[in-house]
Amino acid sequence: MHLAYPAVLAALLFCVGLYGVLARRNAILVLMSVELMLNAVNLNLVAFDVWLRDALHAGQALTLFTIAIAAAEIGIGLAIVLMVYRNRGTSDVDRLRDTAEPAESGATPESTDEKAEAAA
Amino acid sequence: MILAAPPTHPGFLSPTGVEIAFLLVGLVTLGAAVVSVTTKQLVHAALWLVVALGGLAVEYLLLTAEFIAWVQVLIYVGSVVVLLLFGLMLTKAPIGRSPDADSGNRPVALAVAAAAAAALVWVVWDAFRKTWIELDGPAQGSTDVTGETLFRHWVLPFEALSVLLLAALVGAIVLSRKKPEGERD
Amino acid sequence: MTTTTLAVLVPVLPFLGAAAGLAVGRTAPGFVRPLAVLPTLAAAVLAVLVAVRQGGNTVIEASTQLTPTGSVPITLGLHIDGFAALVAVLVGVVASCVQIYSTGYLREDPRYASYAALVSLFTAAMLLVVYSGDLMVLLVGWEIMGICSYFLVGHYWETPEARSASLKAFLVTKLGDVPFLFGLFALATDAGTFRIDGILSTVASGGLDHPTLVALLLLAGVAGKSAQFPLHTWLPDAMAGPTPVSALIHAATMVAAGIYFVARLLPVFAASAAAMTVLAVMAAITMVGSALAALAQDDIKRVLAYSTIGQLGYMAGALAVGDRGAAVFHLLSHAAFKALLFLAAGAVIHAAGTNSLTAMSRTGGLAKRIPDAYWTMTVALLALAAIPPFAGFFSKEAVLVAAEHTALGERTGIPAGAGWTVLVAGLLTALLTAAYALRLWLRAFRGRGPQAPDHGRQPIAMTSVLWVLAIPSLGFGLGAAYLDDWFDGEALTPTLTTAVLGTGLAVAGGAVTYAVWRTLAARAVPAVTPPHVAHPDAEAGLVEAEALHLPHPAEDPADPGRALLGPLHGPAADGFRLDALYAKAFVRPVLGAASLVRFLDREVVDTYVRGAAGTAKGLGWLVRRAQTGNVQTYLSALLAGSVVLAIAAVALANAFAGA
Repeated sequence: MHLAYPAVLAALLFCVGLYGVLARRNAILVLMSVELMLNAVNLNLVAFDVWLRDALHAGQALTLFTIAIAAAEIGIGLAIVLMVYRNRGTSDVDRLRDTAEPAESGATPESTDEKAEAAA
Repeated sequence: MILAAPPTHPGFLSPTGVEIAFLLVGLVTLGAAVVSVTTKQLVHAALWLVVALGGLAVEYLLLTAEFIAWVQVLIYVGSVVVLLLFGLMLTKAPIGRSPDADSGNRPVALAVAAAAAAALVWVVWDAFRKTWIELDGPAQGSTDVTGETLFRHWVLPFEALSVLLLAALVGAIVLSRKKPEGERD
Repeated sequence: MTTTTLAVLVPVLPFLGAAAGLAVGRTAPGFVRPLAVLPTLAAAVLAVLVAVRQGGNTVIEASTQLTPTGSVPITLGLHIDGFAALVAVLVGVVASCVQIYSTGYLREDPRYASYAALVSLFTAAMLLVVYSGDLMVLLVGWEIMGICSYFLVGHYWETPEARSASLKAFLVTKLGDVPFLFGLFALATDAGTFRIDGILSTVASGGLDHPTLVALLLLAGVAGKSAQFPLHTWLPDAMAGPTPVSALIHAATMVAAGIYFVARLLPVFAASAAAMTVLAVMAAITMVGSALAALAQDDIKRVLAYSTIGQLGYMAGALAVGDRGAAVFHLLSHAAFKALLFLAAGAVIHAAGTNSLTAMSRTGGLAKRIPDAYWTMTVALLALAAIPPFAGFFSKEAVLVAAEHTALGERTGIPAGAGWTVLVAGLLTALLTAAYALRLWLRAFRGRGPQAPDHGRQPIAMTSVLWVLAIPSLGFGLGAAYLDDWFDGEALTPTLTTAVLGTGLAVAGGAVTYAVWRTLAARAVPAVTPPHVAHPDAEAGLVEAEALHLPHPAEDPADPGRALLGPLHGPAADGFRLDALYAKAFVRPVLGAASLVRFLDREVVDTYVRGAAGTAKGLGWLVRRAQTGNVQTYLSALLAGSVVLAIAAVALANAFAGA
């Protein structure tokens, strides 16, 4: 089999998952897209392992490990999403804005002037 | 070990049956993945994900990695998707179309993903234009082969993995328990 | 000890006294008075010893190279000729008198320690100027005197008059010092050395290439330091300092430094006839103008200040006609009686509680309250008016004789016109000097009105010094016959014609003044009690400080000066409006330039600074707007960047692989 088939399919799946991570609003949908990306990686690993006929089968072993870790990750990830939902009432990614710059009323450079002086 | 194109292979334009099957299943997988990330029905997204993951399992089979194919079905389709559905249920995801399934970041995401896709596909295609996988020999991913390599060469990572799973288990329990009254941290 | 060692000790002792006084003044106040008086006294004694040993017609030279300068070397050296020895004795004696007087005058002043230390430092600097054999070292002493004058004039810095007077003194003398410095450089470049004997020998052999330029530049500094027209405006205002400071600095020593310098280097100046003419004209204007102004002043110290300017004009005139012996002779006798006049004026102000002559002329019996000051001041005023046999007579006659010699063409190299200018101006000034001296005496001690209050005897420190200084005011002229060894070997005795002429004019001036005074006093005078100080019983320094604030009464009809001057009285009282002219010509443009600079700095330069700050803040604001808190945007930006980098890397790799 031409190696291009699995390789290109993996690349395309990865990018689809990438789109999903960046575009979806619900946290669980983001986790789903992350799963897509991990699976793309797994496909790549398996394809290259078969092509290289590795004696240690490192590719396949790593694939198994990736699957296990993805499972663990989805468990923790969902626990976190549930906590967030419990505390905030929403699991929308763009409602979680704690790291944002606090919005000043009339946020202009002049008012940051006094803040800088107060801090100095 | 890099294999040059063996003279027995006819060339790119006359694919073998495996390749045709791989191509078709790949199309299905890709389509399901695309639908999964674009549909506005959240539960349908999870179900289309099942299709995609199942398609990938078939691909693994076509690549003679049968143990991984069954593990894929078992773990991913069996537990991961179930967990996702549980998550959707517990966070009261709307059944049916929800208009705000996509955030405002969509155009940027589309651009980034398209650019990444173009770049990756072009690089991969350019690199592996003349490489073929030799599928005629003994199966590379049969259970006894996999078991042997796993427990002979990869024992230590395997055990570490089980510790990691334990940690994830404990972590998930701790994270999601409700604080009893009177205890603050 | 060798004479050289003694001579080195003479400036060093007061310097050490100053340093010690500044160091321990606050912590050990008991030591301050001995530290003020003893080093200066010791320096005076040593200066006498050096003068005796020097013997008059030898020159003591000693020098070491201070530091290699790369071009013209600077040496640390002594050059003690007759003039130097005598002037050093004068400085030592007057400085000791002033220090002793100050212990009584500033008895309770809180800043006495620093005052005494500064006076000692000043004395050390003047002695350095006198003894120095190298012009750069002389300049060091010159400048130290300038800064000490600033500090000492500003002693009562709580009063705005003292503050502005000290700044004015400093700035006007510095204005002269800048061309002075350039003159020194030009002189040293022409002569190849800063040493005085080297320069004099270069001039003697005709090696000076630009004598007029050098002489004019140096004259600018001399005009500033010795208060000659047009840089004399600082001296009347410098009377805002304590009276002992005026006695030391503005009568006897610092203002004499310029005259002394020209006397030292007279061959340099004499090499240019143009410079001598300029000096003669300057001296003539100074003499006559200051005498007229002195006749119109109401403040007793300002009369003495203008008198000093005029007498310095006499010395400058003597130098302009090429006779430095006469100039130094007049310098020495003037120092004695002018210091005495100032110190006695301090006692008078203390007793009268005011420094205004008008107020004193309406107070009776002042002479009985301060007999020591009265008698010594009378002696000094007679010396000032050049009445024989007092010291002033002999020294002024020496100047007039020298001018007469030059006017009659008996001196080579000096134009006769200079001699005539100085002679005529000198005779006129002799008339005017007698007039204002008598006016001062009459207004201060012959006042009519309520009796002056009795504050007890003046401190012994103040009165004893007055009598010490009265001796040379009386007898220095007579003793000068024994001193011609120190004065270039020329005789200093007056000739008969000039003696008669000069004395006759002085007596005439005095008689006219007395007549006018009697006439005016006979008319009824309004009995308005003039203002007095708030604390007349305080120590003398405090009384003077308070007297600075007193308003001077409007023109007094009983003032003989007003009657004599007629329409000139108004401008004369104001110093002929020179201050206003300088303000309009120099001060206002400078202030305008300063405000222009401030505007440019604030609007132009600061705009860039503020702009830089604003730009940084604006950019920060822009960047902050990217912190949306939305993880997806962060991730998108991250991945977009990675994709771009990856594409770039691949493209480059391809390009290089293909190239």
